[in-house]
Amino acid sequence: MKEKYDVVIVGSGAGGGMSAKILSEAGLKVAVLEAGRDYDPAKEEDRTQLRWPWESPRRGAGTVRPFGDFDAAIGGWEIDGEPYTRKDGTKFDWFRSRMLGGRTNHWGRISLRFGPKDFKSKDYDGLGENWPISYQDIKPYYDKVDRLIGVFGTKENMPNEPDGFFLPPPKPRLHDLFIKKATQPLKIPVIPSRLSILTRPINKERGVCFYCAQCNRGCQVYADFSSSTCLVKPAMKSGHVDLITQAMVRSVTTDDSGQATGVIYINKLDQSVHQISARIVVLAASACESARILLNSKSKLHPDGLANESGLVGRYLHDSTGTDRMGILPTLFDRDRYNEDGVGGLHVYTPWWLDNKKLDFPRGYHIEYWGGMGMPAYGSGFGLDYLRQYITDEFGKPQVNGGYGAGLKRDIKKLYGASIGMSGRGESIPQYDNYCEIDPNVVDRYGIPVLRFHYKWTDYEIAQAKHMHDTFEDILTSLGATILGTKPTAENQYGLAAPGRIIHEVGTTRMGNDPKTSVLNAYGQGYSCKNLFVADGGSFVSQADKNPTWTILALAWRQADYIVEELKRKNLG
Amino acid sequence: MDRRSHLKYMLTGAIGSAALLQACAPEKDKAASLTLAGYGRTPEEMERDASLRTQSFFTEEEKQLLTVLVDIILPADADGPAASELGVVDFIAFMAVDQPSLQPNLRGGLSWLNVEAFILKSANFAQLSPEERISIIDRIAFPDTALEADKSAVRFFNTLRNLTMTGYFTTEHGLKELGYVGNRPNVWDGVPQSVLDRYGLAYDEDTLARCVKPEERNTVIQWDEEGNIIG
Repeated sequence: MKEKYDVVIVGSGAGGGMSAKILSEAGLKVAVLEAGRDYDPAKEEDRTQLRWPWESPRRGAGTVRPFGDFDAAIGGWEIDGEPYTRKDGTKFDWFRSRMLGGRTNHWGRISLRFGPKDFKSKDYDGLGENWPISYQDIKPYYDKVDRLIGVFGTKENMPNEPDGFFLPPPKPRLHDLFIKKATQPLKIPVIPSRLSILTRPINKERGVCFYCAQCNRGCQVYADFSSSTCLVKPAMKSGHVDLITQAMVRSVTTDDSGQATGVIYINKLDQSVHQISARIVVLAASACESARILLNSKSKLHPDGLANESGLVGRYLHDSTGTDRMGILPTLFDRDRYNEDGVGGLHVYTPWWLDNKKLDFPRGYHIEYWGGMGMPAYGSGFGLDYLRQYITDEFGKPQVNGGYGAGLKRDIKKLYGASIGMSGRGESIPQYDNYCEIDPNVVDRYGIPVLRFHYKWTDYEIAQAKHMHDTFEDILTSLGATILGTKPTAENQYGLAAPGRIIHEVGTTRMGNDPKTSVLNAYGQGYSCKNLFVADGGSFVSQADKNPTWTILALAWRQADYIVEELKRKNLG
Repeated sequence: MDRRSHLKYMLTGAIGSAALLQACAPEKDKAASLTLAGYGRTPEEMERDASLRTQSFFTEEEKQLLTVLVDIILPADADGPAASELGVVDFIAFMAVDQPSLQPNLRGGLSWLNVEAFILKSANFAQLSPEERISIIDRIAFPDTALEADKSAVRFFNTLRNLTMTGYFTTEHGLKELGYVGNRPNVWDGVPQSVLDRYGLAYDEDTLARCVKPEERNTVIQWDEEGNIIG
C-alpha cells in the first residue's frame, strides 16, 4: 500500500465509523482498517434476520456464536488464535466482534446520553476523576448524533437523563404495563426506553422498523443503528474512504520526532505484513485493543509504548456492573397469543432514581426489563425438572417436577410468555489497579503480543449489586411473581457479573487536562504525539450508569471536527 | 449453560448464553465450494457445520432407543405428532457432535436403561413391553422423589427431556402448536384491547399521546430547535 492517506482509522465500530464519516465528508482521504470480515445484514449471505429456529441445525444454540447462531456478532469472549491472559487469579472476559461495524452489529441499541453529573462525579463523592469536559461541551454533538442516526424516547426533564431529539417510542408490551403498575407504589420510575431504532424515518436512505424484535441480528432495512450500515457504508459512497478488512493492526509507526507516521498490520488471510502511512492516526479498535496497539508501539522515543508517558495506558479499565433476576407471573399463565415482537429490545426502563448520599455505594444503575412471547430457540422448553412445581392445576395443586407425556406440553404452553425479568446495569469506580498490559510470554496467531488483564471489583460495586437484588425482589414481589432461583449472597458478590461480561469496558486511555494523570487531552489527542487520536471508549474517564455507545459517537464526532479545524490551522500533519 | 441462561432461553427464547468458540477452522475461502443452505454463516461456520454433518456419535441401536424415549417424553396427541416424527432424534444426534460435552451423560443414560432392562428381564430396553419400560422410566423421571442411587440417570433424563422439548418446539409445527405468531414484518400498535381488558389494564392518555402512531410511520420526522416533533 503505497498511497499516503490523510487519516488511517483502526477499527470500524461506533468510534471508527463516526470518524470515517465526518473526516471523509471534510474531504480527507481516509483508510479504515477492520480486523474482521466485511458484513452487511442486507446481503442474503450475511442475513440472520427473519430466519426460523429450524434453519440452524443446532436451533440457534450458542455453540459457535456466544449469543446464538442468529446473533450478528461474529467473534465472542474467546476467539480461536486470538487469546488473552489474566493475572493473579483475577477475572476479565474480553468480547470482540471481528466484522465491519464491530460490536455495534449486535448491541442492545440502548442510546443514553451521559448527564451533567456524570461528567463531574468526583465533585459529588470525591471518587475517581472528573472529565475534562462538561455536558455542555458535548451536548451539541449528542444533538447531532440523535438527528443523524435516530433514537426513540420521550422528553422527561430529569436532571441527569438529558432529553434529546427523539422519535416517538413504541407502545409498552403487556409485561411493561405490569411493571409500570408494580413499580408505582415502590416509587421507582419506569419510562419509555431510548433505543436507536427508527420508529419513523429520519431520511430516505434507511428503512423504518417493522417490529421483528431482532435488532441483535442486524437489520436488512437498516432501521437500527450499526456503524457498518449507518456510518461506514454511507461514508464509502464519497469515494474518499478505502476499507481494508482482515487487517490486524500491530503497532503505530513513528518518526524521529515521535510523531505517528501510520500503522503496521498483518493481513489475517495470508499473514503478510503491510504498512499504511498517513498524516493522522485514529485508533478506534475498542478500549482494550487500542491500548494494546499503543503498548505494542515501542520505539526509542517511546520505550513504554506510544502516548504512554503517564504510564496509564491500559489503567482504569472498567466495565459496567450487571446482575439480573427473573420470575414467573401466574396471572399470565395461558396467555392469549398475538404478535408481541415489538422492537429489538426493551420498551421501558428505569433510569437511576435514588440519591447515593443516602446509600452505602457511590454510583447508580439503570434497570432493563424483559419478558413476553419471544420466538422459541435452543433452550426453549428446558428446565421442567425444576419449574413444573410453580405451575398449578385447576384445583390449585402444584405439578410434580419432571415427568413425561401429555402434561409436559400442557405446562410449557401455560408457561409460555409468563416470565418477567430485569437486569441492573450500573456504574463502577475506575481503579488504577484494574488494567490490561502486554503479556511478555504470549503472542496471538499473527505474532502480536497479547493483553493480560488484572481486574477486581471493589466493595462499592458489590454493595451496588446487593441493592439491585433487593430492588428486583421488591419489584417481583409487587408484581405478584414467583421469584425463581435463590438470591445471591456476599459469597458470590451478590451475583455481580464478571468484569467484561456486560461488554461496556472503557477507560484504558483516559482523557484529562493533566498529562501526568491522563493519556489523552480533552479531544482524545495524544499529548506528546499530537497526530495520534483515540476515538473509542478508551478515552472515557468514567462510564456512568448509561451505556457507552452514544457518548463514543458524540466524542468521535467532536474529535473529528477538532481534527479538521487543527488541519486548517496547520497545527496538524 | 448455567441455570439462569436456561431460564432466559426457556421462557423468552430470546437471549443466548456464553459458550466457548469451538474448533474453528483457519480462515479459507471455501464458501463457494459448499452447497449447504446458508443461514447467515461465515465460511468457517459453514465448514464446521459441514464437518459436523459427516460425524456421528450414536450407534444405530442407540438411535432406536432414543426414538423410543423421545416418544415417551412427547407422544403423539390431538395437537401434534410424536417427537420422533418431527426429527427430534436427528436433532439430538447433531447436538451430541456439536456439543461433545453432552456425550457422556447421554451415552451413560442409555447404557443405564439397558442395564436395568437386563437386570429386569435379560433384555435390551427396546425389547421390553411398554409397561416394563415405564416402570424403569418412572424411577428417573421425577427428580424430587428419585432414589439417590439413580441420580445420574435422573440427570440423563432431565437432559433428554430438555433436548426433546427444545427439539420439538423449535420446529415449524412446534412454533405453531405453542402459538408463536411473530418473526414477520409487522406494525406494533400495542397490546390488543381484548387482552388489556382481560387484565384490567389500559394505556394512559400520556402514553397514547407520545407513542408512535401507525399512520405516521412512513413520514420523515421533523423537529424544532428544541427537539419537539413538528411533523
